[in-house]
Amino acid sequence: MAKVKHHNIPLDQIIKPENIVFKRTKLFTDNVLSYCPGCGHGVAHRLILEVLEEMGIADKTIGIAPVGCSVLAYEFMDIDMQEAAHGRAPALATGIKRTNPDKFVFAYQGDGDLAAIGTAETIHTANRGENITVIFINNGIYGMTGGQMAPTTIYGMKTSTTPYGRDPKQMGHPLKITEIVAQLPGTCYVTRQAVHTPALVRKAKKAIRKAFEYQKQNKGLSFVEIVSNCNSGWKMTPVQAVKWLEENMLPYYPLGDLKDIGLD
Amino acid sequence: MIVGAIVVDTERCKGCELCTQACPFGIISMSEDVNSKGYHYAYLADPYACTGCENCALVCPDTVITVYRMKVEEPSKAKN
Repeated sequence: MAKVKHHNIPLDQIIKPENIVFKRTKLFTDNVLSYCPGCGHGVAHRLILEVLEEMGIADKTIGIAPVGCSVLAYEFMDIDMQEAAHGRAPALATGIKRTNPDKFVFAYQGDGDLAAIGTAETIHTANRGENITVIFINNGIYGMTGGQMAPTTIYGMKTSTTPYGRDPKQMGHPLKITEIVAQLPGTCYVTRQAVHTPALVRKAKKAIRKAFEYQKQNKGLSFVEIVSNCNSGWKMTPVQAVKWLEENMLPYYPLGDLKDIGLD
Repeated sequence: MIVGAIVVDTERCKGCELCTQACPFGIISMSEDVNSKGYHYAYLADPYACTGCENCALVCPDTVITVYRMKVEEPSKAKN
């Protein structure tokens, strides 16, 4: 813990509009996020919106909402959005991007959406090198339906359908779909980030920015995985969930860039 | 010297406590009171120690924290 140093400046001198260094982006709607307390979706939403605002492309961006907890993403992001059938966000994004090549298109998907029912769409969209950005939120569980095992559930992880922990002999192995996507020639930038500490939030924002920069230069599919927490599904408090994520999820899903072909 | 302050939108706060962990000085606490949704909201327990580093706002999933920061002259230097 850093050493506390007190000052005696009256707070009303500090709390003035000209001193604002961080505030809620205007691209958020006024709706309260429907996510559980401490859920990483909120930070991921914010980072995307902040990047769109900074790049000045919010009015020419079309987002695709998935099925899962973030199914209502279009209620919170004040940009053009389209809702896809479960797992089909990359397919819908392909159609939108091909008919509107001047627009920025991103698919926002969870692990149940992208790595389970939508695996085929994910892999083929990446392999075709569609010029879109995919934001993939991986919390290793089906959050919305009640915390069942997902393909991304790590070894030994307890879920409502694996109460004794995931056993690879019976339930197979956790799917590292980001590693699969990185091998495909159609992708230009594939990275894995997390948003549970301030430093990682800053890094994740840079990665999302880079992903959209790649889309601007028509380099192919850019893919950002965000390893996140699901405290309700994991049956933990948000603080415990973040600690558990760091100790258990990150060794299996190491952070960093998996592929980066370089911007012009 | 850099001084700062945070303002928490108490009605939107869901009491996840991630900001209390992110604060490098540990000066954010959870209120005894609850908001209309029944959540204990975050508040700046030691308001004269905040430097406006933004860490709490960065990890806040619901973006309820607005951060203010300003530069003031050190009292010791001002005397010289």
